[in-house]
Amino acid sequence: MASASASAPGLLGRPTGTRGISSWITTVDHKRLGILYLVTSFIFLLAGSIEAGLIRAQLALPEQQLVSPDFFNQLFTMHGLTMVFLAIMPMGIGLANYFVPLGIGARDLAFPRLNSFGYWIYALSGIMIYTSIFLGGAPDVGWVAYAPLTSLSANPGNGVDFYMIGLAINGIGTLVTAMNLIVTIVNFRAPGMTYMRMPLFAWMMFITSFLIIFAFPPLTIALVQIVFDRSFNFVFYVTQAGGMPILWQHLFWIFGHPEVYIIILPAFGVISEIIPTFSRKPLFGYPIMVLSGIFIGFMGFAVWSHHMFTTGLGPVANAVFSITSFIIGIPTGIKVFNWIATLWGGHIRFTVSLMYAIAFLVTFVLGGITGIMVAVAPFDQQVHDTYFVVAHFHYVMGGGALLTFLGAAHYWIPKMSGRMLSERLGKWAFWFLVPGFHIIFFPQHLMGLVGMPRRIQTYEANIGLDFFNLASSIGAGVMGIGLVLFLITLVQGLLRGKPAGDDPWDGRTLEWATTSPPPAYGFHVVPKILDRDPLWVLKHPEMLEGGHYQGDLAAEAADDEEFESFHMPGASWMPFMTALSIVMGGYGVLYQNWFLALLALALLIFFVFAWAFEGLGGEHYTVRKATGEIVSVEGGH
Amino acid sequence: MSQATALGHAEHKPPYRSSKLPDVKLLMWVFLASDCMMFGAMIGTYLVYKGRSLVGPYPLDLFDIPLTTVSTFVLLMSSFLMVLALDALRKDKISQFRLWTTGVIVFGTIFLGFQVFEFSHFMELGLYQKTNLFGSSFYMLTGTHGIHVAVGVLWLIALVVASYIRPTASKDAVYLDIAALYWHFVDIVWIVIFTVVYLVDFV
Repeated sequence: MASASASAPGLLGRPTGTRGISSWITTVDHKRLGILYLVTSFIFLLAGSIEAGLIRAQLALPEQQLVSPDFFNQLFTMHGLTMVFLAIMPMGIGLANYFVPLGIGARDLAFPRLNSFGYWIYALSGIMIYTSIFLGGAPDVGWVAYAPLTSLSANPGNGVDFYMIGLAINGIGTLVTAMNLIVTIVNFRAPGMTYMRMPLFAWMMFITSFLIIFAFPPLTIALVQIVFDRSFNFVFYVTQAGGMPILWQHLFWIFGHPEVYIIILPAFGVISEIIPTFSRKPLFGYPIMVLSGIFIGFMGFAVWSHHMFTTGLGPVANAVFSITSFIIGIPTGIKVFNWIATLWGGHIRFTVSLMYAIAFLVTFVLGGITGIMVAVAPFDQQVHDTYFVVAHFHYVMGGGALLTFLGAAHYWIPKMSGRMLSERLGKWAFWFLVPGFHIIFFPQHLMGLVGMPRRIQTYEANIGLDFFNLASSIGAGVMGIGLVLFLITLVQGLLRGKPAGDDPWDGRTLEWATTSPPPAYGFHVVPKILDRDPLWVLKHPEMLEGGHYQGDLAAEAADDEEFESFHMPGASWMPFMTALSIVMGGYGVLYQNWFLALLALALLIFFVFAWAFEGLGGEHYTVRKATGEIVSVEGGH
Repeated sequence: MSQATALGHAEHKPPYRSSKLPDVKLLMWVFLASDCMMFGAMIGTYLVYKGRSLVGPYPLDLFDIPLTTVSTFVLLMSSFLMVLALDALRKDKISQFRLWTTGVIVFGTIFLGFQVFEFSHFMELGLYQKTNLFGSSFYMLTGTHGIHVAVGVLWLIALVVASYIRPTASKDAVYLDIAALYWHFVDIVWIVIFTVVYLVDFV
């Protein structure tokens, strides 16, 4: 890391504990932070699921009044916010935190403290948004929060402020983590790990990170504009002053559409790891998979107005955005065919992970087909803001991303915990979750075609909606049981699971070359990386000889170094304290308490400087490369 | 311990990296790419709302091009001093590095002074953030730029102060290098703002 700070003693010491709560707060280890991300996002997933359950309970029968219309508005807003920003996206980021460094042979992310900061911003801002429930009511404007519904005159309560300020803070964490991942992938690949040898999951996270750094700033600006309108009397979206609500829509969807790919590309990456492993074949068409991922990333910024076909952009804009939306289906389709081709003729092992991957393929293709349908502007005019759209995006986000991440849990938790999850229990959970999912969302297509609008608290009896709604709500119950079974699978596996061993799946990528769970420094010695699927060719060297391998094997395998030495960073309080001061400032602005806000600013500046000038800490390891034996460990204070 | 000292040669070798860019510099480039979108969204807002204010004062009532040209010139010259400061540090000329960096700090502060004067002058003429769309989008855009300059000034002050507290030499130049990247970027953004916000109205 910083050579300047290495040469000079720091002004402040760094914590050294490895146990207890404070060690989790101060940790900078990418694996512990990955676990924190996954646990936190799973808790938020449960919260979002409870909200969804209440929504479906209210809609199960016509003309029910289980929840009031006001509370219903809060429910669907919090459900959307939670699932998109606090549950599914952080799951991808948590997996990336854990498995991108291991997959590319790095010992940590490039900036470990920044990584910790990103997590704490995410966790604390998520908690902040949820405190709104106890502090005057949650936001009730839908997750898209269209202006001028969010103006002070239309919505005087605190809820919208929690949405705007909480999400703006949340975005900081996502941004710094994405920047961190980009630097890690560019600079921290192990020797021999060229770009075209990287695991596809690392590739997809690389692309996702670029989408994040370009998509989040417009959202932040739009959110800050609303905060300024509400707290500082600006007039950005005040219609009496000529403010244009459509500007919010543009800024929101310039973020919002890439966000769809920010959620789904990590899932594509996970699927591209699971399918080859359980087909015992290399991924079919690796370069095309990479290129179509990049193409999706580019096109993701060229389709946002397909969310706005009914706003009157005119026939030219509608046509252009229709066509770009069709085009983005091409690379996605290529990926689906490549996954099928990977399965084709493989030695398939039907583990729970692969079952989720196949459920993903089916569900995601269904969501993709309805995606092409709503990309047709005239069709979209008919189904806009109906349950058809709700069904479509739940098929891609829930069925696409969420099911994949559940499969990823079965695939990677053995590595993270050292214990296997039960396949039998996992299959029970699977057979409730996946059919339950389809029972919920398939009828919603039909509800939408019949004309049921989104975000509506109840509906009349006997207008053709009763059966579909009841079926959908029953599906929610089934999926809820599945989620509980999945939770039981997790707890049972973590407590009593069979020992996993280093490589339970006969894996292809580097994370299976280290112990389960891996040591803090990842690998004793990073294995030689001679090809794509680096571990597979180490296990089967005959694959290299006479295969497609073009390089100079002898030169790559040669090693003139006897020892390898590396530094593992010390823990730090500063990322947490910095994140805490930012959230404190958020509350200050929210309650217009300028003393609190200025105090938070002062603390922020103090902790940023303390961060910059605290000591290096951590430990310096020297390892004998031939044996992996640790020769010495030195404190770096 | 003693064994590690015997292996001392391994400790001083810089860690392996898979590209030639230093980590912190790469991080700064990525941050600036992201910051482009941030200013892009604000400049976009300004342009969308251009000419849509329902009440005055309007841009042409307020802008004083000669004055803003002077402050723009000051900011541009600060970038020139920044180049000299980085060059001096790379050649281990520490006192020159401190001199030129202090120059950048002074010029940046002068620019901020101009901006404070401009804001208070505009408010005297009746343009507040709540007056019209022009006021809202103008103050947010130029205010955010001003905060960027202020952060840069704080950062450079910290680097100069740090050079007194602990030894600073050419090997630390990358830390000034990223501050310089940031400073030049903020400068370039000002050129865009000066053109798009101030000058275009007079064409």
